[in-house]
Amino acid sequence: MHSARTSPGRSIAAHAILLTYTLIALFPVFVIVINSFKSRKAIFAEPLMPPMPGNWDMVGYTTVLQQGDFFQYFLNSMTVTCASLFFVLLFGAMAAFALSEYRFRGNLLMGLYLALGIMIPIRLGTVAILEMMVAGGLVNTLTALILVYTAQGLPLAVFILSEFMRSVSDDLKNAGRIDGLSEYRIFFTLVLPLVRPAMATVAVFTMIPIWNDLWFPLILAPSEETKTITLGSQVFIGQFVTNWNAVLAALSLAIVPVLVLYLIFSRQLIRGITAGAVK
Amino acid sequence: MGALSLSQVTKSFGKTEVIKGVDLQVAEGEFCVSSGCGKSTLLRMIAGLEDVSGGDVVLDGVRINDLAPAKREIAMVFQTYALYPHLTVRDNMGLALKQAGEPRAAIDAAIKRASNMLELDPYLDRRPAELSGGQRQRVAIGRAIVRRPKLFLFDEPLSNLDAALRVATRIEIARLHRELGATMVYVTHDQIEAMTLADKIVVLRAGKVEQVGSPMELYNNPANTFVAGFIGSPQMNFLKAGALGQRGETLGIRPEHLRITASGQIKGTVSHVEKLGGETLIYIKTDPHGLVTLRLFGEHDFAYDAALSLDIDPPRAFHFDKDGQRLR
Repeated sequence: MHSARTSPGRSIAAHAILLTYTLIALFPVFVIVINSFKSRKAIFAEPLMPPMPGNWDMVGYTTVLQQGDFFQYFLNSMTVTCASLFFVLLFGAMAAFALSEYRFRGNLLMGLYLALGIMIPIRLGTVAILEMMVAGGLVNTLTALILVYTAQGLPLAVFILSEFMRSVSDDLKNAGRIDGLSEYRIFFTLVLPLVRPAMATVAVFTMIPIWNDLWFPLILAPSEETKTITLGSQVFIGQFVTNWNAVLAALSLAIVPVLVLYLIFSRQLIRGITAGAVK
Repeated sequence: MGALSLSQVTKSFGKTEVIKGVDLQVAEGEFCVSSGCGKSTLLRMIAGLEDVSGGDVVLDGVRINDLAPAKREIAMVFQTYALYPHLTVRDNMGLALKQAGEPRAAIDAAIKRASNMLELDPYLDRRPAELSGGQRQRVAIGRAIVRRPKLFLFDEPLSNLDAALRVATRIEIARLHRELGATMVYVTHDQIEAMTLADKIVVLRAGKVEQVGSPMELYNNPANTFVAGFIGSPQMNFLKAGALGQRGETLGIRPEHLRITASGQIKGTVSHVEKLGGETLIYIKTDPHGLVTLRLFGEHDFAYDAALSLDIDPPRAFHFDKDGQRLR
């Protein structure tokens, strides 16, 4: 809705500030992408110039596609991210529903306990996690990564979603109960669609750290078959020589899938906000 | 079918007791309006949305305390309509029967009957978001009718509607009650709704029943100051009985039962006048009674700060003791 007080001057100023911010935020990405299309010499000579016909070089991409199994790395990253995201959203929303909907002894303590993970970095437990994974025979499997990332994403998901679920009308849930819907149907068909914007927010916050993570793939699943894209790109970074063409190309390619996922969720976000609510 | 009986029903949240032993009989086909504090909790206990801490809830001779809401053969209309946003009007109304496993043809017939009664036919394929507030509440009522319940529960169904729609929907609910002959329990804080709809009004205070009776019984024969103040609009005047030489602590007199006389016992000055066309309300500042309301029928003019003296209509006065209980 446009307010009558919006003057063109204010609107231009606001857009100028936002555009500046966008430029600053996108600049590193822009530099990575333009340099990935240039020859090695051109990257170092003029790092900020866009690729010209003279220095145009796709060597980075050809290296990436020839050396190592990059398609497999992509697939691994996608599998891990999507599976973790699915479990975080499913279990997070279920826990949030229980915390916000049911009165039981220790409800508040349980909520605090589940949210505590936001403040404690899961990496502190790396050694113990590795020992557990070794004991469970899960080292060098994608399952290990999915389990860790699900645990890592749940606290924030429970925290945000339980706040949103409290705002879903009690009358609506009660109407469902009187009409004979099971608690599961109430949760899946009535409550979840109404907290979709919150789900999209949680999805974005959960997805990006998982996709970008180097630590756990390096420790729990460094084998060739289970490498993720971030770990896979590291082969080009050596102690003495770094193949910048290949690194930049790999990073440029790694941006694409996460961008697609983000676009999907942000559409959901907007749709969720504009959908008709209870009243 | 549809006789409801509550005996010694209590409800506690932790140590706080919110419903303190309510007894209530609602006969078949009766329209019972409950008002005051604890009314919504009581309704939710009848619906099975809150569990009962003590006592029995009996519907048609069957104790339903531990039955799931869907098994109680009741239907409920909520203040916020609570329509399923993802379903069309038709599916909203048919969901309960579908859940109960009724055949498609029977569901369609039930929806048709309800939509005819409520004139919802043109809207059957719309979603709740495409309807106005009044239409949504009609759909919510339709959803209740479709189930053919033993008992209808209404939880302040008119509170979210604007004044004109509220009157129209109130008349509609009264008509439905006549046509369906169903038992209804209706919760409201609005005494006009209570007076116009009810066969029987239950006035609750802090989880206890203060008085049960027909609207006119409660109007003409209130048991205490709480009921006397709740029924009737504008509110009854409570005067200091001692200052008027009357028995009891408090003397209650309704604004319509005061008269202006030259030698009245209650003397004061006009503080505010509300002209409503059909009637005029005059607020008079008096000593020691405080602000006294006088209701005159027709149009009247009064100057602010003009001196007035009033007299009570003795047979219409109620006497209350210092605890607010009626002295007979």
